[in-house]
Amino acid sequence: MGAWDPARTIGKREWNSYFNSPVAYIFIIFFLILMGFFTFAVSRFYESNQAELSRSFFIWHPWLYLVLVPAVGMRLWSEERRSHTIELLLTMPITPTQAILGKFAAAWMFLILALVLTFPVVCTVRYLGQPDLGVAFTGYLGSALLAGSYLSVSMFTSALTKNQVISFIIAVVVGLFLILAGYPPVTDLLSRFLPIWAVDGVAAFSFMSHYETMQRGILDLRDILYFASVIGFMLFGTHVVLQHKAAA
Amino acid sequence: MISVNNLVKDFGARRAVDDVSFEVKAGEVLGFLGPNGAGKSTTMRMITGFISPTSGTSVVNGHDVQTEPVEARRNIGYLPENAPAYGDMTVEEFLLFSAKMRGFQGGQAIHKAEAAMAKCVLTEVRCQTIDTLSKGFRQRTCFAQAILHDPPILIMDEPTDGLDPNQKHVVRDMITEMAEKKAIVFSTHVLEEVDAVCNRVIVISGGKIVADSDPQSLRKRSKDYNTVEICLTADRDAARAAFLEIPDAKNVEAEQENAELVRCRIQPKDQQSIAAQVLEVARRREWMVTHVEAHAGRLDDVFRDLTSTEDVGKKEKREE
Repeated sequence: MGAWDPARTIGKREWNSYFNSPVAYIFIIFFLILMGFFTFAVSRFYESNQAELSRSFFIWHPWLYLVLVPAVGMRLWSEERRSHTIELLLTMPITPTQAILGKFAAAWMFLILALVLTFPVVCTVRYLGQPDLGVAFTGYLGSALLAGSYLSVSMFTSALTKNQVISFIIAVVVGLFLILAGYPPVTDLLSRFLPIWAVDGVAAFSFMSHYETMQRGILDLRDILYFASVIGFMLFGTHVVLQHKAAA
Repeated sequence: MISVNNLVKDFGARRAVDDVSFEVKAGEVLGFLGPNGAGKSTTMRMITGFISPTSGTSVVNGHDVQTEPVEARRNIGYLPENAPAYGDMTVEEFLLFSAKMRGFQGGQAIHKAEAAMAKCVLTEVRCQTIDTLSKGFRQRTCFAQAILHDPPILIMDEPTDGLDPNQKHVVRDMITEMAEKKAIVFSTHVLEEVDAVCNRVIVISGGKIVADSDPQSLRKRSKDYNTVEICLTADRDAARAAFLEIPDAKNVEAEQENAELVRCRIQPKDQQSIAAQVLEVARRREWMVTHVEAHAGRLDDVFRDLTSTEDVGKKEKREE
């Protein structure tokens, strides 16, 4: 048996559980409606008369993910705790790492599926003008990594409690911090009373600076590394929590 | 097969399990008795590796649960308390999932799931989601998951809790059927179950083992063991005096049952068998005996004795 088999089995179960319940359909429908609404109505896409995506489409992703991703992630472990299936899962002959990776992969794939379903936006832009498809690609890549990072945060908060509401709220607050730490109004405010290196330090923690470079079409290894380390760190945190608090 | 050595578990300041050690061999069915919150579930969760002990070790089929958790768990089938299962899956999907998690693939996994369904009489509900099952079917589904890989060690936390008498009977029969080759540990607070299924009993109270023996010997600890109850036609006071003359009799209670009959309870010294002597006394006095019975001892008496001498305050419900 390969090391990935249990992870894949868990992932498949998780994936099916989204589609066994209305969660998946409601999420995808709302995600797409809100995406369309913000892109075309709020950003005044047609009025701007520009065939580009970053300022009208991708700019909204961090804010939508802030609320929607914890809604997907909050149940990952909380639900297992609430229904006590965690006791079943973690006494199977698997390692916690396999369980964590399986669940994370399933939820991330689900978010990516929702993201891919926004393709009509790209088609619209392509129909209307000549957008840079390379920029669109790095934009999507950045958005997928951003979703993964939010998800890893909500997975971590989900492992902390059997209460999904608490898990959701903590995830949103942490996510908000990670957005705002690099948000210009906040960094401007901070720079009034903090030295510039400290402001940069705080801002480096933020999703925003890394996300924005990718929206400009720049594929920088440092940004990818940043998202990968956020995900890695949060999954490691999940592992630590599960090891010490499995029964709670 | 199972070797538990000096297990200790603290939850904050509270010691839930206090220096518990025992061994279980193949062919043994160990009933784990104790009041709620005595530490039964906590001990079982440490054996299955779900929670780590504060100190002590448990070794399962030669694999230490702490250092070789995956290997150890491969040898265990575990039915947790309240039979948790993924409610959105059908019985079939759930068992197939369990089979794959246990490392079976493709046709083999299907075969294992089918066999477990047949054994636990689940075939008629195979396509039902677990959320829609009755308690008995749900319990059996989780049970099926535990025996699917034919593990040498079976650990079950209150497997018959909440089942109706018929369903209890089915589960007990399944346990007895598998008992020969496996080491089985199950917890319960239903004492009749111990008689029906176990060949060994451990009583745990306040986190400590207070008794470890077979059910027969345990029953002998009952204060009523070998007490003789007899109904006869005699004068009440005469009967009491006569029975008190038996050298091994410790205490005699006599009460008038009706106009003619007297009912006597003769408690022996050191729980010796005195039925023959009692009958001999009645025969010599030519009393007519309408009923006689020597008590076999009752487990619930022993259970109460063993577990209520402990500090009752410790027995608050186990932390969730």
